[in-house]
Amino acid sequence: MAALPAKLGVVVTAPLVLLARAVDPPLRWWQRMAGQGGMAAVFLLPNLAIFGVFVLFPLALNFVYSTTAGTDILLQGRSFVGGAQYARLLECRDYLDPLTCREDTFWTAAANTLVFVVLQVTMMVVVSTITALILNREIRARGFFRAVFFFPVLLSPVVVGLIWRWILQRQGLLNLVMVSLGLEPEVWLNDRTYAFAATIGVSVWAHMGFYTLILLAGLQAIPKDLYEAAEMDGTRPARVFWRITLPLLGPNLAVVLVLALIRGVQIFDEVYVLTGGGPGTSTLYLTQYIYEVGFASVLRNPGLAAAASILMGLVLVVLTLCQLWLSRRGEAKGAK
Amino acid sequence: MRRVVSFLARRRGHGGRWHWTDAVTWLWLVGGTVLMFGPALWLVASSFKGPAQLAEFPPTLLPYEQIVVQVEGHDAPLPLYEVAGPHGTTRQLAEIRRIGTNAQMVDPTDPDTRLNVDIAARTPIREIGLALDNYVQPLVANDFLRFLWNSVFVTVMATLITLLTNSMAAFALSKYRFRGRDAVMLLIVATLMVPLSVILVPLYSVVNATGLLDSLWGVILPTVATPTGVFLLRQYMLTIPDELLEAARMDHASEWQIYWRIVLPLAAPALAVLAIFSVVWRWNDFLWPLIVLSRRETYTLQVGLNTYAGELNVQWHYILAMTVVTMIPVVLVFVFLQRFITTGIAGAGIK
Repeated sequence: MAALPAKLGVVVTAPLVLLARAVDPPLRWWQRMAGQGGMAAVFLLPNLAIFGVFVLFPLALNFVYSTTAGTDILLQGRSFVGGAQYARLLECRDYLDPLTCREDTFWTAAANTLVFVVLQVTMMVVVSTITALILNREIRARGFFRAVFFFPVLLSPVVVGLIWRWILQRQGLLNLVMVSLGLEPEVWLNDRTYAFAATIGVSVWAHMGFYTLILLAGLQAIPKDLYEAAEMDGTRPARVFWRITLPLLGPNLAVVLVLALIRGVQIFDEVYVLTGGGPGTSTLYLTQYIYEVGFASVLRNPGLAAAASILMGLVLVVLTLCQLWLSRRGEAKGAK
Repeated sequence: MRRVVSFLARRRGHGGRWHWTDAVTWLWLVGGTVLMFGPALWLVASSFKGPAQLAEFPPTLLPYEQIVVQVEGHDAPLPLYEVAGPHGTTRQLAEIRRIGTNAQMVDPTDPDTRLNVDIAARTPIREIGLALDNYVQPLVANDFLRFLWNSVFVTVMATLITLLTNSMAAFALSKYRFRGRDAVMLLIVATLMVPLSVILVPLYSVVNATGLLDSLWGVILPTVATPTGVFLLRQYMLTIPDELLEAARMDHASEWQIYWRIVLPLAAPALAVLAIFSVVWRWNDFLWPLIVLSRRETYTLQVGLNTYAGELNVQWHYILAMTVVTMIPVVLVFVFLQRFITTGIAGAGIK
């Protein structure tokens, strides 16, 4: 039985092996011509070419798009308008009320995203910290329970959205629970507050396992002798937690916080499938705004979408720099 | 029973004394298991129910099927009901049609007499049965087989290209000294800051210009040059001793052979982790395929599912079944390879 996968592997990789043999002679010639530096270029070329065409060039092009207007996606059909798209996005009579802004959906989406991120990240950090602490205890079948909390992380966002749409629908599982508890059933996703809460709960449900793993790794890296010393001194468990566990978990908590922020700001897939941004605009977040303005709406405006995505990108750059700084600091600490 | 309880209640250390935190632990783990697996299991159970049963409230836990009988004089099989008689008796009748709150029914053993029955007095006779049609129908009649194939193609191709290009770049960045190496590394790390959602518009225009719109390659290519992949593989290849490479050079191995015959096999553990990640990423991708693919023949499963779920008249019985199909590869990865992923995340913090 074990031989079958091995044989299958040979069959699958056979063309690749042939290919690898075929490219050897020309590359040997190139190596003689260009030396080791030339070979480095050969090895880097495919990845950098794809990077360049599909990441770096679009990145630069994004700025060009954000200064043009029109519905045409091709650059030739667009007119240069300078900073007009940014001005349109940022024009507001009262910055505390999204409805007074010229581009009110953008501000609604931004405000929604802000509230969503604050609540979701808080909940995410709290829930995954508790879970990691519990998984770090001396429990039976730790591997199994770690896997349990990790399971939803692998599910596709579309599947996550559909699972919960099915549970939250009028005749769904949640209403069954409500009725059996003697409460009134609700059409959850038709209510603005419930729908908003659902997007938070579902995204925490889907991603907490990932952050739990990072925190668990951090907990397991705390030297055991610290706890032994505390036990010898008869330190109360609460004090051990506040004085040993939490400070030493700090770097991991910071990484989790920033990662969750970065991903929270970009939330789209599961929410789009779950609520579609509704009811009304109550669960409309930034990425969906960009998607709809740029692609989905009848009067699409790629320039406006590009400008909005650059504003969102700036937030992400700041957050990512925080992450790099934190992880580098963590590495430096680990090296000591 | 008592032994089970004492087994569950027993704990290590502390001389078996109970503390309130033990109760919290236990509740959290049991509740967590129900909450994490429950929704997916509920989906799987629901996916085997027929459309009529899905519309019921309260829903049953297991899928049932209405028993039908063939009655003389009727072409289609009729659903069988248990009808309460006047003196506490019950009899089994088949329903011909429903008129308001009354049902016109017939006794299968006496097909000529029609009876009028109040619908409140009858209960359907059902047995546990799987509505496999939910699975067969979308795969055969709708386009789901096509979506499935597209998803498999995208996942396999993208993963192969990712492994090849990322490992080549990682090899150059870990084993060669050349001018600009740090700059290239910095560039790659910097692209971590450019998620897809930030460059949607210009990327669409690039894909459009290269003629890849509405093609699966337009989905594959922008995703394959993952900075995380290069980073992960480079970190691993740095641990491969340079002496091995030098020895091979002594034996007149070409640089390409060194990469292909020595470094790649030695980096197999890291490649395996990246392969698993890539499969899960590409299988689950949604936003980018949604934008690039506008013709139904090119849809991946995720886009197809979203389209069917977004229709005015949502056919839940098909959608639930296809959601289960979409879950299968990921569940397989979870069951067999979960350990690789969890150690990969704990070690490198990637996702």
